[in-house]
Amino acid sequence: MSSSPEINDVDSLVPHESPWQEVWAQLKGLRRGDSGMVPIVIGIVVLVAYFQIRNSLFLSAGNLVNLFVQATTFVLLGMAEIWLLLLGDIDLSVGYVSVLGGATAVILGDGQFHWPWFLTVLMAILVTTAIGALHGAITILLRVPSFIVTLAGLLAWEGVLIYVVDAQGTGGTISDSSEKVLYDLVNTNMSTLWTIIVLAASVIASSLVLLLRDRARRRNGLTVLPFVITGLKIAAMVIAGGILVSIFNTNRGVTFAGHQVTLEGMPWAILVDIVMLAGGTAFLSRTKAGRYLYAIGGNAEAARRAGVSVNRHRLLAFMLTGFTTGIAGLLYISRQGGVSDNVDSTLVLYAVAAAVIGGTSLFGGRGKIIHALIGGLIVAIIYNGMGLLSITASAEYIAIAVVLLAAVTVDSLARRGSEVSR
Amino acid sequence: MTNAPESSSTSLPVVGPPAHLDSGVSSSSVLLELRGITKSFGAVQALKHVDLEVPAGQVTALIGDNGAGKSTLIKAIAGIYAPTSGQILWNGEEVHVHSPREAEQLGIATVYQDLALCDNLDVVQNMFLGHEETRYHQLDEISMELAAKKVLADLSVTTVKSVRQKVASLSGGQRQSIAVAKAVMRDSKLVILDEPTAALGVSQTAQVLGLIHTLASRGIAVLLISHNLADVFVVADRVAVMYLGNLVSSGPISDYDTASAVDWITTGASTRGASTMAPAS
Repeated sequence: MSSSPEINDVDSLVPHESPWQEVWAQLKGLRRGDSGMVPIVIGIVVLVAYFQIRNSLFLSAGNLVNLFVQATTFVLLGMAEIWLLLLGDIDLSVGYVSVLGGATAVILGDGQFHWPWFLTVLMAILVTTAIGALHGAITILLRVPSFIVTLAGLLAWEGVLIYVVDAQGTGGTISDSSEKVLYDLVNTNMSTLWTIIVLAASVIASSLVLLLRDRARRRNGLTVLPFVITGLKIAAMVIAGGILVSIFNTNRGVTFAGHQVTLEGMPWAILVDIVMLAGGTAFLSRTKAGRYLYAIGGNAEAARRAGVSVNRHRLLAFMLTGFTTGIAGLLYISRQGGVSDNVDSTLVLYAVAAAVIGGTSLFGGRGKIIHALIGGLIVAIIYNGMGLLSITASAEYIAIAVVLLAAVTVDSLARRGSEVSR
Repeated sequence: MTNAPESSSTSLPVVGPPAHLDSGVSSSSVLLELRGITKSFGAVQALKHVDLEVPAGQVTALIGDNGAGKSTLIKAIAGIYAPTSGQILWNGEEVHVHSPREAEQLGIATVYQDLALCDNLDVVQNMFLGHEETRYHQLDEISMELAAKKVLADLSVTTVKSVRQKVASLSGGQRQSIAVAKAVMRDSKLVILDEPTAALGVSQTAQVLGLIHTLASRGIAVLLISHNLADVFVVADRVAVMYLGNLVSSGPISDYDTASAVDWITTGASTRGASTMAPAS
């Protein structure tokens, strides 16, 4: 493997940046909203510190695991939203569509139908993906703004959900007791050993991706981020992995009726989020279709002229939103232990909030799947912390609204900043 | 991976030596020839029997006032409008260009004024948009980055500091350079540039004019639409003047001076200067 002299000549035309210039460029990127992770991390630290001071149980392993489980739904709904936000579109119906998907699984696995769990799960995801495709087809063919189509969807699918649930004749709620696997998703844990294996594998895999990319670039004589930055990223992932292992593998059980109950390991739901995070990130950063979603969001006309089939990729994004919404719905009904016709109507707001707080732009073209993880975590911290402090729902709504507004404002300012800097 | 620059599919074509300046168009070097191109929009005749020869390796400037038909003419060449009548000859053979894609397949690349770049993508991502290279169904970022760097180096575009910076962060001249590089990197033989220096500062204009010169010296035919006569006289080898849908004069740049060019543009006729070309009937 030798890099030919021609390539080196070409490369020398582009001056290598020193590590400090690179660090400086990253700092400047913050203002443009390219890597807004630092302010978000500071926000998390402040929120956690506040809740911990007000209630010392906040950082207990038991509460943290509960918080993570609450976050799984927000994270997945945020991911669902990101597919469309990348195009500058939005889906306002993810809340009810996700629950409708969950209801599909519960009803089909119920005594009346007795479908095996994998078929019910498959069917639930098919239903929500089809709904996404329907939204997409209407948006694209009729050239209606997606927020109008999905606003109509918000009402229509709530109606369908109420109809379907009430039609079971069980008084507006269907419990999920007959379907063990669905229930177990959120409510049971993997063993402590598997917890360690899964988290260690996640950290090692993501570190390898970073290191192999750097090595391949160096071999081809391309500029590489200074090792300090890669090293810091890996160190952060190792530390986070270690902390998570220690949280999950703490025995969170309580003494019940005289004997100690053992409760330890990572809930399965979190593995679902990890898999979706890895899959979604790989799709967006490594495939042509992922690249085209960014291109269409940035300049649809440029994408069209470059030969990208804009409508086909918009439809794909709507279907990915439906797909991800379905998985979120399965976790939601697993946590609720069933489905009712009275659904928290703020779910969709949490979904958009998770995506935007994490750093995905409402204006299209900028966003990453990991933003949903970070944003969903922040939403869950506020949701969980306020619950712990017995703060009323009204105050909780207002708090999340303020955070969402702040995130959108930052997004707006970053967008203006990048336009001015041209 | 071994990516020898010589074998790169994106290396620029070299179409014979640059044709002689000031020597009229010898028939062998004519890449594109328009014969009697007419385009009507209903009752309005936007192009009236236009004859034009575009030689390889030279910069042909298409000048004229607003509404003279310059844009309609390039759209007919680029496959956006079908001419009402007339012939388009490509390397001496008649072709029918029905769509921008067909024009691209012939080797005709058009850079419009709005550049069609995605601000949120970086330089490499923009240059390969719609033509990404993959390995095992994954984007091959390294080979695309190497190829993009090579194209930019071939075109002597040295002002872009990193090909991994977002296009949003580039200056107007850099954006124009990237748009041109993107257009020519896939074996283009004719590049049509629509007002490439409009809205650019002095040094950035010089940068883009340098790039145009480089394209021609690589054997590529350049058709340059410009309002700016100063730019035209710096970079063009040949001039074609349009007036109210007619191509009223064309010839080597040495046949014109600023005064006669202005005469042709504003009145469709000139009695001054060295121009002796008869108006196209």
